Amino acid sequence: MDVNVVDVRHVSRRFGGHVALDDVSFSVAKGEILGVIGRSGAGKSSLLRCLGALDRPDAGQILIEGQDITTLPQAGLVALRRRIGFVFQHFNLLSSRTVAGNISLPLEIAGVPRADRPQRIAELLALVGLSAHGDKWPAQLSGGQKQRVGIARALANDPALLLCDEATSALDPETTTAILDLLAEINRELGLTIILITHEMDVIRRIATHLVVLDQGHIVENAPTLAIMGAATQSAVTEALLSETQPQVPPALRARLVAEPAPDGWAIIRIRLAGEAAWQPMLSLLGQQYGVEATVLQGGTTEIAGQPFADQIVSVTGYCAEIHDFLTQFDPSLKVLGHVPADH
Amino acid sequence: MSRLIIDLIARATWETTIMVACSGLLAVLGGLPLALLMVAMRRGGLMPCPPAARLLGLVVDILRAIPFIILLVILIPVTRMIVGTSLGTAAAIVPLSLAAIPYFARIAEVSLRAVDPNLVDAVRTMGGTRWMIVRHVLIPEALPGLVAGLTVTLITLTGASAMAGAVGAGGLGDLAIRYGYQRFNTQVMSLVVVVLIVFVAIIQAAGNALSNHLRHD
Repeated sequence: MDVNVVDVRHVSRRFGGHVALDDVSFSVAKGEILGVIGRSGAGKSSLLRCLGALDRPDAGQILIEGQDITTLPQAGLVALRRRIGFVFQHFNLLSSRTVAGNISLPLEIAGVPRADRPQRIAELLALVGLSAHGDKWPAQLSGGQKQRVGIARALANDPALLLCDEATSALDPETTTAILDLLAEINRELGLTIILITHEMDVIRRIATHLVVLDQGHIVENAPTLAIMGAATQSAVTEALLSETQPQVPPALRARLVAEPAPDGWAIIRIRLAGEAAWQPMLSLLGQQYGVEATVLQGGTTEIAGQPFADQIVSVTGYCAEIHDFLTQFDPSLKVLGHVPADH
Repeated sequence: MSRLIIDLIARATWETTIMVACSGLLAVLGGLPLALLMVAMRRGGLMPCPPAARLLGLVVDILRAIPFIILLVILIPVTRMIVGTSLGTAAAIVPLSLAAIPYFARIAEVSLRAVDPNLVDAVRTMGGTRWMIVRHVLIPEALPGLVAGLTVTLITLTGASAMAGAVGAGGLGDLAIRYGYQRFNTQVMSLVVVVLIVFVAIIQAAGNALSNHLRHD
């Protein structure tokens, strides 16, 4: 039987008259990396606090490994929290303890005998690449190193679920990449289920296999990341969030766009290809078969959730119905953004 | 300088040390739990109960509002009950402690409140109980501040112990009053002042060194 690690069923949470979460339902299977994205105030923090059993929802159920955490008594909650590892935006390391001491804390709390702790701490330090830093104080570490300690600490008791609350939002881009790579590696090697709460679409693109988009306490999207990114139409909220990391028509050209095709002009189209299709030489084939010129203005092929994904703004000369049909074989969601009349 | 005066000062210094150390210890034993209670019972604390927090705060403030010289006098019956006499070093420890407990409680409360609440949340997410949060987060994280607060408390106690000399407590204050003031012995008076200055300077230096040693941020 395949039990989901997390099952959120019709969860609502209110603060006075403000609805933070409204009938939110989703589930996370073992080994998935779920990204939860939304603007600030979308309900991300409320969701996180409910998932971590720091807050109880007003209605609905949250099942972690099949156990309803909304009805657990206090003693059960304490045991349950040890099954969930938390990674925080601001690391939340104790300044009164060394790196090793910080990683030791969840072990002490869980009652791991003193004699067994050093070996486990050494394993965790090695896992996050900080073997040489066990005796340092948190204040002596860089932001990225602090977050590695945070991750090691969260993994100390072999949790079933890792909750990351804006885990990379306080880090520079290079460190963000390193931390995301580490999370992806942990996910692969330990088969650990991860929920990433973030406002950065870039984080989702890089490692989330599934995506939940929250807006004003509602779920507006809930699907595999690739499906949402490649979908022909997205909700306005998703589109706005995606636009930060998606190629856009260069502003100088956007000013010249017209709706109707112009003789001798170019069409500006948006092509998105997910999976193996992203590698096909579509534009070369187009040139060979129709004798038109196609140029990539913006974008390229990247990877989303380990799958190739092409997202490009392309200009095509002599655009006509046949060319449109040819291209939609590859990308049914192809969009003609407009036409640029010839210069003269 | 006569051998007698040196002996007097040495003995008085020892008595002051005992009074300050004992009442300082009692200030921590009584004041720290009070401070933890005040912090824990605040809104959003570990066991929120704001009315009780306010009541406790009021009691602490009332004790702090009473001038020490008055406290010395009104506590005489209590001191007799506990120590058997209202005279001498041991007897002085009772009013000194009672003044120092609320004093230290307020200072400790400030240090404990300054601990990042996110650290408390972090340990809650690990499944830490309230006691674990107190033991592993609140006290260790506040420790440099608590030590600095204890330093201030000990120095205040040194001053107060000299005042306790006025009602026969012994120690450097007693010496200064009986020999220096009442017998117009300027030499003893000056020496006592010098010893007190060194005494306070040592406490402050030791407190600073320990607090810095414990601070890792």
